[in-house]
Amino acid sequence: MSTPKKAPRILSLPAKVYLVLYNVIQFLGWSFIQYKMIDHFTNKGLKVTGLWEQVEIPLLIFQSAAVFEIVHSATGIIPSNVGITFAQVFSRVFLLWPILYKVTETRDQFGFPLLLAAWTITEILRYLYYTLNLLSTVPAIVQWCRYSFFIILYPIGITGELISCYCALPHYSTTQDFSTLLPNKWNFTFSFYYYIILVMLAYIPVFPQLYGHMFLQRKKILGSKKHD
Amino acid sequence: IGILSTSGGKQLATLTVDPNSTLKELKTQVHRLKSHLYPDRQEFRQEPRGKGLDENKTVAALGLKDQSKLYLKDLGPQIAWKTVFLTEYAGPLFVYAWIYTRPWLFYGEDATSQPMSQVAHIAVICWVFHYGKRILETLFVHRFSHATMPVRNLFRNCAYYWIFAAYVAYHINHPLYTAPCQIQSYIALGFWTVCELGNFSIHWLLRNLRPPGSKERKIPRPTKDPLTLLFNLVSCPNYTYEVGGWIAFTAMTQCIPAGLFAFAGFYQMAIWAIGKHRAYKKDFKDYPRGRKAIIPFVL
Repeated sequence: MSTPKKAPRILSLPAKVYLVLYNVIQFLGWSFIQYKMIDHFTNKGLKVTGLWEQVEIPLLIFQSAAVFEIVHSATGIIPSNVGITFAQVFSRVFLLWPILYKVTETRDQFGFPLLLAAWTITEILRYLYYTLNLLSTVPAIVQWCRYSFFIILYPIGITGELISCYCALPHYSTTQDFSTLLPNKWNFTFSFYYYIILVMLAYIPVFPQLYGHMFLQRKKILGSKKHD
Repeated sequence: IGILSTSGGKQLATLTVDPNSTLKELKTQVHRLKSHLYPDRQEFRQEPRGKGLDENKTVAALGLKDQSKLYLKDLGPQIAWKTVFLTEYAGPLFVYAWIYTRPWLFYGEDATSQPMSQVAHIAVICWVFHYGKRILETLFVHRFSHATMPVRNLFRNCAYYWIFAAYVAYHINHPLYTAPCQIQSYIALGFWTVCELGNFSIHWLLRNLRPPGSKERKIPRPTKDPLTLLFNLVSCPNYTYEVGGWIAFTAMTQCIPAGLFAFAGFYQMAIWAIGKHRAYKKDFKDYPRGRKAIIPFVL
């Protein structure tokens, strides 16, 4: 998610402690979600129904907590670009609340486990990497995984996300939740249904850029044999 | 003189030049060697990432000697400013006018039979007049300092203008559009008219400030036209009037989408105004001190 550090960053001790704690907690949280997911499929077979109930609470908590990362990048304690961090957190939170949480039909469809698998593996790796990085002890294998798994996880994840968005459309079309229609005094309209479509279309230009960015990172970090 | 590419530092050409020849003439020479690099697409620099050099400067004036190196940046396919503006402005004009007819594509089959408020009729006239005026100004009034711009910008700008036009037009021409009270609309219309006239007055003043064919820059000052008095308060009263016009249009139609468009325009024009204001202050030691960039006394 973040860009590689250009120069060694000098973090104050409290900031460092805070970040290590944050990343460790997220690592544990996502590992727990992953465990629940595996547990569900081991016991129930390939059924999607019931998966949401197993992971709902930790998923809502730990994914929503990612909002803190926007603050982290804005305050500069992590080297990421605020805009990119915002976009990535926003897309997750968008899937989580108005789609998965609000529209119950999205929890029984195939896109949900797809995105969940992608999210859990990615986040476990990412938070592990950040923690070890803060402690300056990243084993080569972890670094390799972090910069290689995305190659299949990104496409799997966005497939799941797009399918889930598509599944949520009928609900918004019928209920007009979060939408404002005419007539009104200010002649303003907002259709959440069309907004979802707009977000789905936005994947077309945005995904190649993010994917390409990760490949560049990969080349830069794995390409040279140095460890950061 | 060696000509190197700004990307990769590759040697593109070696030119033999007269010390008194201008960079412009060098560009013609490069164009003869590389047919895809027409002069408007070329920018010379002394460092790969340095500032672009004025093409009217001579080789000697820049201190270039035998075996000196110049970097050449390919600015990408270019398009004439005039073409850009005409496309950018014709789009919103026709898009709004089309949506005014309530096509079934946006409103369904029954829309045309439903009544339309007076304000919606006035709004289309204002809108068409505004963009018609812009097109005429592009053709007959403005003097451009650069001949061209990158083609890439054309798509981005057109998307902005055309989509926003559709967005605003959709709401105002909608059968369920709610007009504000008439007094509000008429007062706003009056204000809009003053702003359009003001905007034109400034464009006219700026045109006359610069003799034809020159790229000379002078400090703009108020003339006999009272609408140009705004120059006493801001560097870019044309933008001030333009924003004022869109605020008036928004008040006249009481339409948030129009307000969003006004705000977006304000944001962009404020950036341009601040840039121009700084350039004026840098170029003219005696630049009037009471002036702000775009909002009197404020910004």
